[in-house]
Amino acid sequence: MSSFISFLINGISLGSVYAIIALGYTMVYGIAKMLNFAHGDIIMVGGYVVFVATSMYGLPGWLAIICSIVVCTVLGMTIERIAYKPLRGASSLSVLITAIGVSYFLQNAALIIFGADTKSFNSVVNLPSIKLMGGKIVISDETLVTILTCVLVMVLLTTFINKTKTGQAMLAVSADKGAATLMGINVNRTIAITFAIGSGLAAIAGVLLCSSYPVLSSTTGSMPGIKAFTAAVFGGIGSIPGAMIGGILLGIIENLSKAYISSQLSDPIVFGILIILLLFKPSGLMGKQIQEKV
Amino acid sequence: MKLKYKQKSLRYSLLTYAMVLAFYIICEIMLMTGNMSSLMKGMLVPLCYYSILAVSLNLVVGISGELSLGHAGFMCIGAFTGAIFAMTGGASLPGWAELGIAIVLGAVVSGVFGFLIGIPVLRLRGDYLAIVTLAFGEIIKNVINVVYLGVDSRGWHFSLKDSLSLGLEPDGQTIIKGAQGITRLPRNATFTLGIVMLILALFIILNLINSRYGRAIMAVRDNRIAAESIGISASRYKMLAFVTASAIAGVAGVLYSHNLSTLQSSSSNFGYNQSIMMLVFVVLGGIGNIRGSIIAAVILTILPEKLRFLDDYRMLIYAVVLIAMMLFNSAPSAIAFRERIAASLRRSAGKEAADE
Amino acid sequence: MSDMTNTNEDILLAVENLSISFGGLKAVDNFNVKIKRGELYGLIGPNGAGKTTVFNLLTGVYKPDTGAIILDGKPITGKKTTEINHEGIARTFQNIRLFTNLSVLDNVKTALDERYRYGLLDSIFRTPKFRRMEKELDERALSILSVFELEDEAELKASQLPYGKQRKLEIARALATEPKLILLDEPAAGMNPQETKELMDTIALIRREFSVTILLIEHDMKLVSGICERLTVLNFGQILREGETRAVLNDPEVIKAYLGD
Repeated sequence: MSSFISFLINGISLGSVYAIIALGYTMVYGIAKMLNFAHGDIIMVGGYVVFVATSMYGLPGWLAIICSIVVCTVLGMTIERIAYKPLRGASSLSVLITAIGVSYFLQNAALIIFGADTKSFNSVVNLPSIKLMGGKIVISDETLVTILTCVLVMVLLTTFINKTKTGQAMLAVSADKGAATLMGINVNRTIAITFAIGSGLAAIAGVLLCSSYPVLSSTTGSMPGIKAFTAAVFGGIGSIPGAMIGGILLGIIENLSKAYISSQLSDPIVFGILIILLLFKPSGLMGKQIQEKV
Repeated sequence: MKLKYKQKSLRYSLLTYAMVLAFYIICEIMLMTGNMSSLMKGMLVPLCYYSILAVSLNLVVGISGELSLGHAGFMCIGAFTGAIFAMTGGASLPGWAELGIAIVLGAVVSGVFGFLIGIPVLRLRGDYLAIVTLAFGEIIKNVINVVYLGVDSRGWHFSLKDSLSLGLEPDGQTIIKGAQGITRLPRNATFTLGIVMLILALFIILNLINSRYGRAIMAVRDNRIAAESIGISASRYKMLAFVTASAIAGVAGVLYSHNLSTLQSSSSNFGYNQSIMMLVFVVLGGIGNIRGSIIAAVILTILPEKLRFLDDYRMLIYAVVLIAMMLFNSAPSAIAFRERIAASLRRSAGKEAADE
Repeated sequence: MSDMTNTNEDILLAVENLSISFGGLKAVDNFNVKIKRGELYGLIGPNGAGKTTVFNLLTGVYKPDTGAIILDGKPITGKKTTEINHEGIARTFQNIRLFTNLSVLDNVKTALDERYRYGLLDSIFRTPKFRRMEKELDERALSILSVFELEDEAELKASQLPYGKQRKLEIARALATEPKLILLDEPAAGMNPQETKELMDTIALIRREFSVTILLIEHDMKLVSGICERLTVLNFGQILREGETRAVLNDPEVIKAYLGD
């Protein structure tokens, strides 16, 4: 029983990371209607920035995290400006391939700068761990911080979207780009802000991921990126609570199947559950069913 | 009234076959005269199977209009089917017979999987279809990676744990050893066979496109609701394209596994990145342009090898070229710019003609 | 109403108590109609009255909540769009839906698919059967296109046609499936008076040439009064009036619905 609870809590923690990445995926998809394949690689960049800041410049953890968020936000906006903005109005396939190009670029740039060997990442979270049930369950500080961060991100993001003018503009653009333009919303600016927020979140996810799983290489972000994409689809792509729920469920499923079934089969199980879900709910858990107008 | 479309499609097909044949002849001459580097020699069969994968994926993405990110999964199924046959029933056959049967088996098994996977997948649309095909590709790769398969006098044995739990008789043979895959394969695929398979794949795909089946598939792509309103079953024709492409990808897989001595179901062989690479061939070669897919597959396979002197920078340059080409080809402003240039060229050409 | 109960009439389409709601809103409420074979019947009404929804119900795009659709004595309620076409209903769309990347010829040939069949192996190996069928397909498609004076544009991409011709091609494509009943959804939408007049001639022509029954949704009153024999007026999903065209169009209720209060 106690081991089940440990697996569950670790699953929620992993799921929280997926959820934060999935939020970025889903926001960008909702607004720019594009699958940003390079989103996962921003996580990797976020991880490397913290690595450089702490191990090479000896900065304290909190400052390193801020550096990482700033770098990723700027990077996300730059990518959007250079690679995606010119393609607005082009076919979604062209945008997808461009995003793949960006992903290759980021991975190979990291490979050149940091080399092919994996870096061991020193956790930036250094708090005592929590022991429950007389020490049978140990919740590590990373796990706790990850889960709390995820809750905080969710609350802040929901407040931002519902309470601020920019947040409302994001909702409007995602509902109907044309109408939003007519209402005087600056669509380009709104999309840029969305990329900025998504990339900032990816940086946070990168720090959390590398703290819990302390190895860093140029492909660190790609599988979590794909998983988070799956989580976003699971929850209903475009839906913010959907991304959250999808991410956490995915993390739990993955961790429990690793623990109880097979560590090698956990990915097929995660993907298999996604497929079964989409058969019954073709737009995910919380996605809107879109009927084509005839 | 005289219709021209037949000559046009015939010319397109013949030119495509001619291009492949010319490539074959040039390579053979270079081989005979000893003008080919060993690096290039090693790439001849890969060029064939990458081209086959690209044209078959184009049938799904370009002709049927469905974004599939799991094509490598079907290649994986074909590769393992072919390799298992090579190790068992085919081991005692002469090379050509073993290859021939392996190719048929690879196509059939891959096609059956294409059908089974197509049932759920083709009900979905757009990006949902993309993620589910990606998911299937990953499932196939990961599951095969943990499979242990053996055969002895009592028949086939299967396990997901290890070779011991297969419980083979002393005379038994372990064929798939989990992540280690299949070892000691015959490695008997040749460039000539690859070219024959490529031409066969082209023959099937081009003739399919230029028939009532191709028309119906493209009609469903252009407007599903209108196609159904004139009695075309959207699901049936989408399935036809998907299964055909899967079967042909299976053939490419058989070629792949017969070009290696060890076959493993790893991410670098059959992961989603491989599927994405095939998609890049299709998009850069031109959506729906079968010949373009081959050209893109060949150039984009050779290019990184030729750029080896750039070391680590080659994949970075590849990425930059990819982004630049997408922007140049697809950005609305770039298209407008190209059209302006073309128009001004035409104008100046017209003026010169008028001046003369 | 008395003429409708007459069993001697040759009724092609009978619709009884057809209803559908979307999220609590009754889009079509208790719709009834009987259309005689060879008739040209109009369905009119203000925007949002549910006219296109009726078409979508008749062609199986939507499944009705209640009611029955009987075509030529055979119930077709709840069948798929594809099957309904095979039973004999074809349609056009309010927003033109062509196979934009196919040639004009191929748009029609696709619609002939049911009638000129050959196998997959015939296609791949270009058998004599394939050649013969393709030749017949070309001839048949061209002859249909020539009725609409589109044969010169046969090898253009459908998207390259001007608007009016795209509308014509859509009708040609629907007729190629040899329907018993064709549903035309605002065929004159976006046309100038000259094009509208030509369209009226075309509709009269296809009625003769293809001996087909026509159900027409239209906003253009002139077109309706010029060619339809009988009409049903829909308003807020319900039937407001039905009967002979002239009588219906002069009904004060109908005029009020159209002009507003």
